[in-house]
Amino acid sequence: MELTRLSLLESALKSRYPQLAVFIVMLVGYIFAIIAGLIGTPVGSSNFSIVFVWIAWWAILILIAVPFFGRGWCAVCPIPLPGEWLQRGAVLGPHGNRWSSRRRGTDADSVLLDRRRRTETKWLNLRVPKMFRNIWLQNISFLLLALFSSVLLTTPNITGIVLAAMLFAAVGLSMVFERRAFCRYLCPVGGFIGLYSQTAPIELRIKDKQVCVKCKDKPCYHGSSAGYGCPWDVFPGGLTRNTYCGLCMECIRTCPHDNIAVNLRPFSADLAKPSARMDEAFKAFIMLGSAMIYAGVLLGPWGMFKDAAYNVGTTAWFIYAIIFLTIIFGVLPGLFTLGLLQTKGAASLKQRFASLSTALIPLGLMFWVAFSLSFVLTNASYILAALSDPLGLGWNLFDTANIAWQPMLTSVLAPAQTLALVVGLIWSARTAQKSANEAGVSPFTIIIYCLIATSVMLWLLL
Amino acid sequence: MVVAFAPLPVSSSSPQARNFRLEARQFAFSPSELFVNPGDILTLELVSTDVVHGIYIDGYDLSVEADPGRTATLTFIADKPGSFRFRCHVTCGAMHPFMIGKLTVGTNNWLYRSIGFSVLAVLGLLLFPRTDPKIKL
Ligand code: SF4
Ligand code: SF4
Ligand code: SF4
Ligand SMILES: [Cu+2]
Repeated sequence: MELTRLSLLESALKSRYPQLAVFIVMLVGYIFAIIAGLIGTPVGSSNFSIVFVWIAWWAILILIAVPFFGRGWCAVCPIPLPGEWLQRGAVLGPHGNRWSSRRRGTDADSVLLDRRRRTETKWLNLRVPKMFRNIWLQNISFLLLALFSSVLLTTPNITGIVLAAMLFAAVGLSMVFERRAFCRYLCPVGGFIGLYSQTAPIELRIKDKQVCVKCKDKPCYHGSSAGYGCPWDVFPGGLTRNTYCGLCMECIRTCPHDNIAVNLRPFSADLAKPSARMDEAFKAFIMLGSAMIYAGVLLGPWGMFKDAAYNVGTTAWFIYAIIFLTIIFGVLPGLFTLGLLQTKGAASLKQRFASLSTALIPLGLMFWVAFSLSFVLTNASYILAALSDPLGLGWNLFDTANIAWQPMLTSVLAPAQTLALVVGLIWSARTAQKSANEAGVSPFTIIIYCLIATSVMLWLLL
Repeated sequence: MVVAFAPLPVSSSSPQARNFRLEARQFAFSPSELFVNPGDILTLELVSTDVVHGIYIDGYDLSVEADPGRTATLTFIADKPGSFRFRCHVTCGAMHPFMIGKLTVGTNNWLYRSIGFSVLAVLGLLLFPRTDPKIKL
């Protein structure tokens, strides 16, 4: 179903003002989180940065935004904005009359336009080197944060520093490279949002391929007087998956043929055509493994693991880091490969590995949902308190500062977790059946793999 | 459905009074896993070895706080079967939200039923792989 048919929604997306309003709120919140982290109370559960980033934002991201809106968060994320504004030299659209004298139409024109755009910019505007044009850097940046997560999640200072570092890294990359290099290749959050956005029931796609074939300038990629070329460096005309489209809505503004639509679609439609990329396959393992490790370390009853995870730099922490990485790069993919070896097919093992790992995408998403339900519901009561006293200085803005900690919805937690995990299992088993069909192998061992992983997760959480 | 409602074997041991001395430190309880039978009268003696800690038992919604060096006692009847997390509910430092232990009363039936559901779901999918793709549940 095409949502952009709703003219109200379409004009809201085409106009830059609603988006800008949201951007400003987000950016103010983000900067406030940095400040709160740096100067507020060191007690995490009363500091705005910890409570709003790791409880409120995380809950919205993993329980609502990613499952239902895919990259919806990226559409409003403040992190790349300062860099992007600097890079463009504008906060709103391109200055209309700069281009409007140019007649659109010929290829030569568009090349000229493109070159002029490139030379006009003050910044380097380089292309990201080919070897980095994949998500391995994102895999690494996520793992780095994951290994320090016990400290990051609980220490306002560190959260403030990491948030600021992301902002500065995004600015820096915008100065050196073209478009949103930080989002595409480095953001630790963007990697898994992209992976899991394939399961979302929403997509941005072209309406009619023929129109694109005939469209000469391709302003959706190169930019025009109406807007910028795709900041995420994808050609909207060729989109088949959600993974790398940041839903920034630029192409809705630039396409002169009104050929871009936002559609409602069945869940996980993208997974029907499995990708065969190793970086994405390993992302699926990284996310699956981290959800299980977190469930065990953070929510489990074993103090030893918590100590090891928290005391960064000690021998225990190094052992923890090695175990962490071994589970993610050794045990999980190893057992998966063992399962694949039991199947026979025309495709090479590597191809089967990459395409069948698609089955782990819904599974991993639901593991995160189940894990986060527990973490978020037990700690949600901090949100109201932190709202009234964001820096932990004894303020009481909304008279909610003294709300006592109280876990929420404890009676529905376990049923909700079981539901999430069983739905995830069925969903991934069906995905496995489809991608196995595509690869011409039997899905049996992969489904058993998912069943075992789900049972372990149930054991850790229930 | 059978998995959900099948009566699971009930342990026949009669209720007893049980005492546990729980040592709390940043950021763990020791022992951190308690196993009791349904109906047991449980007495938890919470001793803190560093800062003020508390214990809150999920599902039972009971709590008690212990100052360093002093023992606080919580007595209750473990009449709800299943597995419950207990956690510190007095902010005690960075990892406080993850200072967690587990109380298991009888068998953790919900876990076994959930695993049963998963196995059934997979069996169903393997036996009838060509169901309407729209039916996910
Ligand atoms: S990729 Fe990262 S920085 Fe970019 S919009 Fe998404 S969350 Fe924000
Ligand atoms: S999406 Fe629009 S601008 Fe882009 S190629 Fe197709 S018709 Fe042209
Ligand atoms: S310009 Fe279009 S295709 Fe590119 S990221 Fe934005 S919304 Fe997605
Ligand atoms: Cu505590």
